[in-house]
Amino acid sequence: MKSFAALKRNIKKPASGLKRIRVGVLGDSSTQLFTQALKGYGYEAGLDLDLHEAPHDQIELQVFEPESGLYKAKPEFIILFCSVQKLREKFYRTDLAEKKNFAESHIRWIESLYAVLLKKIPVQIICLNFPELNDSVYGNFSNKTELSFVYQLRKINYRLMQLSSELKSLSICDVCSLQGYYGKKFIFDSTTYFRSDMVFSIAFLPFIAKNICDIVLSVCGVFKKCLIMDLDDMIWGGLIGDDGMENIQIGDLGAGKSFSEMQMWIKQLKQRGIILAVCSKNNELTAKEPFEKHPDMILHLDDIAVFVANWRSKAENIQYIRRTLGIGFDSMVFLDDNPFERNCIRDLIPQITVPELPENPGDHLDFLQTLNLFEMASLSLEDGTRTQYYLEETRRSVVSGKYPDEHEFLKSLHMVSHIEPANKFNLPRLSQLSQRSNQFNLRTIRYTEEEIGTISQAADTVILSFTLNDKYGESGIICLVILKKKNPDTLFIDTWLMSCRVLNRRMDCFTLNAIAKVARVNGIKNLTGEYIPTHQNSLVRDHFFNLGFVQTDGSWTLDMQTFEERPCLITALNTNWDKNQALIFSLRGQGVFL
Amino acid sequence: MLSKRIYLKEMDRDSVLKQINEIFIDVIDNKELLITDETTARDVDGWNSLTHIELVDAIENHFRIRFTLNEIGQWKNVGQIIESVLSKKK
Repeated sequence: MKSFAALKRNIKKPASGLKRIRVGVLGDSSTQLFTQALKGYGYEAGLDLDLHEAPHDQIELQVFEPESGLYKAKPEFIILFCSVQKLREKFYRTDLAEKKNFAESHIRWIESLYAVLLKKIPVQIICLNFPELNDSVYGNFSNKTELSFVYQLRKINYRLMQLSSELKSLSICDVCSLQGYYGKKFIFDSTTYFRSDMVFSIAFLPFIAKNICDIVLSVCGVFKKCLIMDLDDMIWGGLIGDDGMENIQIGDLGAGKSFSEMQMWIKQLKQRGIILAVCSKNNELTAKEPFEKHPDMILHLDDIAVFVANWRSKAENIQYIRRTLGIGFDSMVFLDDNPFERNCIRDLIPQITVPELPENPGDHLDFLQTLNLFEMASLSLEDGTRTQYYLEETRRSVVSGKYPDEHEFLKSLHMVSHIEPANKFNLPRLSQLSQRSNQFNLRTIRYTEEEIGTISQAADTVILSFTLNDKYGESGIICLVILKKKNPDTLFIDTWLMSCRVLNRRMDCFTLNAIAKVARVNGIKNLTGEYIPTHQNSLVRDHFFNLGFVQTDGSWTLDMQTFEERPCLITALNTNWDKNQALIFSLRGQGVFL
Repeated sequence: MLSKRIYLKEMDRDSVLKQINEIFIDVIDNKELLITDETTARDVDGWNSLTHIELVDAIENHFRIRFTLNEIGQWKNVGQIIESVLSKKK
């Protein structure tokens, strides 16, 4: 980690090419050095943070005063930085009889700040939780009485988690965990605190700054989707090719245990939606053997979406993995115990994250967990089954080789799609698609769950969600379309994005037919669309052209009066979907559909 | 970085001044900065209450010492900082 001084030097560098984000900082203690660290770390994270730092200890004034500097700064993120020292002071000033309600009243206060802020501006609030602080007033007995600070402090941290799981725009920056790892002696310095009212040590500032930037990035849709791992001395000890399956280290004891724990962690990542891939220099059969036969293996072949074991260069193989999965290098993490392989990949594919690893395998897991590689901003029920999709996809592509005629192949898939307006069930996945899709994304406008919820209520907007299932399995929700009525005759395609795992299935034609249906039930004459190029979406450069749209100064138009349904081999699962009143403008307005 | 740490016996006034000068250069971010015993905050562009906190932190870490709040409060110039450092390294 770079030092605070190094981060401060970053600030003098030009911020060109960094993503500009407006951030408000509200603190009840001194935040100046904290703000500098944040700004400086932004450069490391590709963020040009435009920070508005509220004056010292003015949280309420800034939030409740409608004309405050905070609102003028129009922040996209607000950091709510309450210190445990101020909290303790407040607790001590609370009457004994009221102390047991202390946590609840703090939570109500946070709720009220949230409500006022969100009513005024669409913003993501990052609230720091509290580091543990045992004031030794009750000793261990503090765990037995609601009257102790320790009790109320832990309750607040717990209630903050509850609150943030209910409130979409509230993220928690887990200072408590950071202190758990680095220790109070490291994160706090009494001289700094008593001289400047700054509750974190200078040495700790880069770490908290990183943590906050991690959250900002994930909310902005920058996060990891895939873990590519080496095998020998990474997920088991020893070399499978040399030592043989009986002699690799894995299991309950000694060195083997560290590898087992690594596998358990990786398995948990997979369950929460990280795609796993293997990239190993080995013969394929040898490399797969433990996965199939070793009784202590925790990872199995069906946990691995792409398994590559051969003698080609790892850079080549990782490129193959990327092509197979259809995701960007910047969403991948590559784990390898070999410094040579790590450096090779860093040189050849700089976008990929390659953590440096401690030499001792026993330290690998602990170290990796401090890096917070897999920050995330939203969770959907489908995350856990993502690997399954990719495995099915691999099967589909094998079958596809058997059909010389694409039409016959698509027909054999028996594809069905479920079309729906946005509702509270599909909202998490739709926003996740909006955050994640880079390649098949015409305008790459990112929407949070909160925002999609809001626009789905707008009188001039309809949102369509599509699933795609076939005889091999369910792909779940894979396409999002947002349509805005520009005028009585024109419907603008604000958003059209699709998961790349359903490419080449004529889902684009099916989607267009559905959009046309919505246009027709609303008496719309023209569809218009726009392609905004990014460095990742050249795939859809000719999308509108291919679908028969005509280009006129930058935008694409399709005449609905002459439009004919495009042939595709997908059937709508719910036949009356287009009768849903959420899709018909004249029936909207007063209704609440979510 | 300031990794060279010099211990008790080799420590003399000049050497401490040199090391503190390096710390100032790093914290104030001015490679040309030259300080003497008589230098005060007024003489150095960028030596303000915030960078002062950083300076104290960096000097403490570098010499592996700890100042009391009163010591810090009494400093009038660089010379007095050096005195504090030397008194702890005796």
